[in-house]
Amino acid sequence: MRVLVLVKYVPEITSDRVMDSGRLVRDPAVGLMNELDEHAVEAALQLVEALPDEDARESSQIIALTVAPSTGDMAIKKAYQMGAERGIRVTDDAFAGLDYHGTAAVLAAAVRRLGSDDEGPIDVVLCGLTALDGLGSVIPAMLAEELGWPQLTHSRAVALGADGRSLNTTRETEESVEELTAPLPAVVSVTDAANEPRMPNFKRIMAARTKAVEEWSAADVEPFLEDFAPRVSVVDAAVHPPRVAGDVVVDRGEGGTVLANYLIEKGLV
Amino acid sequence: MTQPTILLALPSAHARVDEVRNSSLELITLARSLGRVDVVTMGAPSTEVLALLGLYDVEAVHQAALPTAVPEEQQRVTSNLAAVMVAAARKVHADVLLLPNGFAFKEIGAVAALRLKAGLVTDAAGVRWDAPGVLHVAKRVFGGTWDTVAEVRTDPAVVTVQANTVVAEPVGVGVGGVGVGAGGAGIPRVEALLVDLPPCAVTVKSREVSRKDEGRPDLEEASVVVAGGRGVNGDFGPVEELADVLGGAVGATRDAVFEGWFDRYIGQTGVTVAPAVYVAAGISGMPHHVSGITGSGQILAVNNDSDAPIFEMSDFGVVGDLAAVLPQAAETIRAWRAGREG
Ligand SMILES: Cc1cc2nc3c(=O)[nH]c(=O)nc-3n(C[C@H](O)[C@H](O)[C@H](O)COP(=O)(O)OP(=O)(O)OC[C@H]3O[C@@H](n4cnc5c(N)ncnc54)[C@H](O)[C@@H]3O)c2cc1C
Ligand SMILES: Cc1cc2nc3c(=O)[nH]c(=O)nc-3n(C[C@H](O)[C@H](O)[C@H](O)COP(=O)(O)OP(=O)(O)OC[C@H]3O[C@@H](n4cnc5c(N)ncnc54)[C@H](O)[C@@H]3O)c2cc1C
Repeated sequence: MRVLVLVKYVPEITSDRVMDSGRLVRDPAVGLMNELDEHAVEAALQLVEALPDEDARESSQIIALTVAPSTGDMAIKKAYQMGAERGIRVTDDAFAGLDYHGTAAVLAAAVRRLGSDDEGPIDVVLCGLTALDGLGSVIPAMLAEELGWPQLTHSRAVALGADGRSLNTTRETEESVEELTAPLPAVVSVTDAANEPRMPNFKRIMAARTKAVEEWSAADVEPFLEDFAPRVSVVDAAVHPPRVAGDVVVDRGEGGTVLANYLIEKGLV
Repeated sequence: MTQPTILLALPSAHARVDEVRNSSLELITLARSLGRVDVVTMGAPSTEVLALLGLYDVEAVHQAALPTAVPEEQQRVTSNLAAVMVAAARKVHADVLLLPNGFAFKEIGAVAALRLKAGLVTDAAGVRWDAPGVLHVAKRVFGGTWDTVAEVRTDPAVVTVQANTVVAEPVGVGVGGVGVGAGGAGIPRVEALLVDLPPCAVTVKSREVSRKDEGRPDLEEASVVVAGGRGVNGDFGPVEELADVLGGAVGATRDAVFEGWFDRYIGQTGVTVAPAVYVAAGISGMPHHVSGITGSGQILAVNNDSDAPIFEMSDFGVVGDLAAVLPQAAETIRAWRAGREG
């Protein structure tokens, strides 16, 4: 089985995030792999480990892919630490500041290119539910649509079907909980309830340090790339005035009354 | 210049559309500021729903007619709901598609946008025309620390809008000027929308509609939210009591949900809320949680640790045991109300 995991490097959520010319400035000192993508890597590892046939397990391949500037290597390295074998970063000036559609188009081109090499087709693409910087939660669905593959998103459980050629997932959204099934190849996104990402062991951490990341440019994916021209552009970005801390009172038996009176005086009751 | 056409999805949990969520009325109010408004439904709207939509100046309701061979639960697959939006957008030559901001609708909007070759903006906090054909969409990003404006020039544009972005407001009959005429006394006409479904390889084996919090407003759209964290220590009673006194929704942190104390949480990987009043009880104020509440009007906190980060972003805070403070607050409000009535 060939599994591709999409990973993204994002700034630490507690860091001061900065925008320049409508784009997020990615400071390599304060970032990490998008936490939901750790769950995606873990799901990939578990899918392969659950294969009943030892040969199938041995011949399986987990590839991590990111479309990002060089800081994206940090996400690939994290995937290496967890157990991914191959890592690819797609980088090109032409791909700077892509919108949702552009990102999905370039990711789709990379998937097509991988599927056309002589190592066999990609069976599953695994992603996180959302990237904690953009918070769009749309890339998995858009990538599936670009590829014409079924989408099994918002999965809190993923398992290979008994036939070995389909996936069963539990999809949970605000509307409903659904049991879904679809044939491979498919795009899957996982929630943080899907699994517990493993801690990398020392051996893997050391190995990941020196393991190279393949770099693809626009020319490498161009034959597989359709329209990726921007449809959305950021025309303005400004710092939102921070919230100012208000009064804090210590409860000495009347704290609830004080709280209620605050609401009443503000006309909020 | 001809009026732009704004198309929006009217969600309904059941086959028959017999209620309109407040978030939908907000969406219609916003849509009306952009052009004439058409809505899409999956089922037949009731007479009451049509009358209400008329008050909001909706021009027409497009009721999707899917091939009868498609079973009910299969109709709600993302690809099929996107096909409905695409069919409606093509039929009415929509300039803008507006959808609610939940996870499911974001994906429907995303797939529809690709099929329509449209630009997509999610999590909108404001939408306006900058010039004819040039849509400007405001959005708060990075945990509420930045305000951005995205520009979309595609025809159509697809936008998912956060709840509480505008206040829902009907127009007086005959005042709006656009919806009157077509349906007589402002009642929108209902048209069948024929939808061809592209092949879809996803099969729904079972579907369970999530239980709504009975008798309380939806968390996403409530104007008051009282949320509990690990500090409630297993008992959401005080949180629910204050929420009910204030007519609000109950929320939680992820930790409280993972403990099994409540079912839905607020934050980056959960629900985003923007109520007029947000009360955080026994919640420390970690970034993953608070980035889901930054659009709130007033943030109030009750926490027994005076160093809890939640106080740094609160308009008002009480350092104390929530099990004592919340019931007392609820009681004070009840007494105040009784005093006013008596
Ligand atoms: C604050 C902010 C707001 C934005 N708003 C918009 C907007 O409204 N419209 C618009 O068109 N663009 C927007 N963008 C651009 C958009 O974020 C990028 O296209 C981004 O690469 C994908 O969106 P996301 O981070 O929200 O991904 P999500 O859809 O939240 O990501 C889900 C998963 O997809 C995978 N993934 C996402 N991006 C990549 C990548 N580059 N490489 C590998 N895997 C990936 C990961 O597995 C991730 O967990 C915005 C960007 C920012 C920073
Ligand atoms: C990838 C990822 C995504 C996440 N997404 C989310 C998300 O979407 N939403 C979310 O909420 N979290 C999310 N989290 C978890 C988040 O980081 C925090 O761990 C969580 O929000 C903390 O919950 P809490 O405030 O209830 O618990 P704690 O941080 O343990 O805080 C409990 C607070 O209760 C106070 N307290 C204790 N007893 C009392 C009492 N009797 N009276 C009053 N106060 C009391 C304590 O002083 C403390 O401040 C995410 C984490 C990760 C890694």
